[in-house]
Amino acid sequence: MSIRERLSGNEAVATAMKQINPDVVAAYPITPSTEVVQYFSNFVANGTVDTEFIPVESEHSAMSACIGASSAGGRVMSATSSQGLALMFEMLYIASGLRLPLVLICANRALSAPLNIHNDHSDSMGVRDAGFIQLYCESNQEAYDNAIMAVKIAEQANLPVMVCYDGFITSHSIENIELLENEEVQKFVGKHEPHEYLLDESRNISIGPLDLQKDYFTHRIKIAEAMKAAKPIIKKVSEEYAKLTGRKYDLYEKYMLDDAEYGIVVLNSTAGTAKDVIDELRKQGIKAGLLKPRAFRPLPYEEIPNELKHLKALAIMDKSDSINGFCGPLFSEITASMYSQNVHVPTVNYIYGLGGYDVKADDIKEVYSNLQEIAQSKGNYEIKHYLGINYGGENDGI
Amino acid sequence: MQVGHRMCAGCGAPPIVNQVLRALKDEDNAVVSCATGCLEVSTCIYPYTSWRNVSFVHTAFECTSATLSGAERAYIALKRQGKLNKDKTTKFIAFGGDGGTLDIGLQSLSGAMERGHDITYVCYDNGAYMNTGTQRSSSTPHFADTTTSPAGKVTNGKMQKRKDLTEIMVRHNLPYVAQTALYGNLKDLYEKAEKAIYTNGPTYVSVLSPCPRGWGYPSDDLAIVSKLAVDTCFWPLYEIENGVYKITVKPAKKLPVEEFLKTQHRFKHLFKPENKWMIDEIQKEVDEKWNYLLMMEEKTANS
Repeated sequence: MSIRERLSGNEAVATAMKQINPDVVAAYPITPSTEVVQYFSNFVANGTVDTEFIPVESEHSAMSACIGASSAGGRVMSATSSQGLALMFEMLYIASGLRLPLVLICANRALSAPLNIHNDHSDSMGVRDAGFIQLYCESNQEAYDNAIMAVKIAEQANLPVMVCYDGFITSHSIENIELLENEEVQKFVGKHEPHEYLLDESRNISIGPLDLQKDYFTHRIKIAEAMKAAKPIIKKVSEEYAKLTGRKYDLYEKYMLDDAEYGIVVLNSTAGTAKDVIDELRKQGIKAGLLKPRAFRPLPYEEIPNELKHLKALAIMDKSDSINGFCGPLFSEITASMYSQNVHVPTVNYIYGLGGYDVKADDIKEVYSNLQEIAQSKGNYEIKHYLGINYGGENDGI
Repeated sequence: MQVGHRMCAGCGAPPIVNQVLRALKDEDNAVVSCATGCLEVSTCIYPYTSWRNVSFVHTAFECTSATLSGAERAYIALKRQGKLNKDKTTKFIAFGGDGGTLDIGLQSLSGAMERGHDITYVCYDNGAYMNTGTQRSSSTPHFADTTTSPAGKVTNGKMQKRKDLTEIMVRHNLPYVAQTALYGNLKDLYEKAEKAIYTNGPTYVSVLSPCPRGWGYPSDDLAIVSKLAVDTCFWPLYEIENGVYKITVKPAKKLPVEEFLKTQHRFKHLFKPENKWMIDEIQKEVDEKWNYLLMMEEKTANS
């Protein structure tokens, strides 16, 4: 039986964590994910969960304690954002390198400097090569659902999972949401049965050795292969979840894409805005569509290009910039995927909404309008655009 | 530790680890967490491990305390749920060098100690970053020559005094804090390790761990150098149990500190006639600390 509720994204995720009832949660508060830790502390204080909560002194220690708890044999979760995720950077690679199935909630927020607490994807994109499976969420419902599925995906893939949703836009906005019963979640995630763990009373093990060259190389290949193998795992777990909830998830979501002429690729909550715009454009006879990656890690590099190959023009939208003198990370990776699959579509990159700068329906309309021009332009177009902001050059503003 | 580890001959760390783990009861399990450093890179090289009688985890340099605190909480959670044998006990022991403890690992250590995890932290203190080739740490003794505090024409080795982490740990209100060394028949080290491991709550043990390469002494002289550190009161052996100070070894004859200093190359420049003031300075610091401990022992005796 599903329960109808109205919850913020953070409360929805904290509720998922309560229903998962992990063995250990180690976390340090940071805006905009702080509420997750606060709600969860209340569950601990009131005995609603059996979890040991470790209120660590930094995010570095949060991830370290999670790694210690996970390697000891516990089911482990944490939550963070922005600078917190950046401080964890070193330990994220160790969590995946040790093949620990922990789950990290990331309410996406911009990175300093300048200091900014609002939403963009600089934080999770900055750690995109850390060996975490990354699931991106459009809504509170998706954040809740992905948090639950993440546990099972992590434990089957033997890789950590990061569940990303937009800070404030999703984390703090209240939406209607359907929750599962506690028992249904418990049954879905099942018991955590690690194969090798520190507290195994039948044998002693050593975790975290020094590898010399050949062993290091071999182990890194194994991690990369595990990430590749996570694709069917995500699909399978999502199918099981659909049976339970009726809510279907895949590696990505398509909206009006199959017959579209103009497409955009966009992550998280902006996909919601784009869907509204697509509805409007379709009424005007403009064949607009969208692809929203859910899994960015692993990257569906074979599947996504195939969905885009019929487009007349494509915009890949990045809510973070790579500062590489060229483009954003989603653009790099999707266009590389397209090239690898011999898909050649005129494609541009939009950097949008940095530091939480509003992205309105009109901005998305502008993207589709430009795509129509690009389709006619015979290759004469700018690759990189900044959306919705008039940047007047180096001396602009300040 | 298993025979075959790759620590240098004459290093203090292996006998320290063996003696600490000897204090673990046969019937008990242990999870050992190790900071990145000499001990870690020499004892767990894939596919080998020297940690046969305990479970071992290494994550990174600065976070061995946080890592162990996570394992300790997982133990509590799993035990409460009946997932572990209720009659079996697992103890949690961290090993870190002075870099991983006093410097880069200080925040993680302080956090774990403040949170009150039931863990024992053992610092094997060799007074520099030996794993990377003897760079100064905050535990490097005053005037010691290291590769980043070289004795040169303008400066005379490390220009600052040691950070006294043992006292900092005392101020964390831990139930048990101790300082020890490889002294005599190692009874002092064994007893302190046993107390630390079997005291409920967070405990800290600082052990002087001579390093033949970084200090510059022949590897045969490990026991001699250790003993002189204690007999000169350069490295006092004491413990603080629930706030009560006790000096556990009081040398029958307190030797001048130069007896310790002269055994090591890192203090060689102190023995130039014009540098005698440095030895006097070190002697003064040693005396001050020793007198402080005598005072604290007396002051806290009846508390």
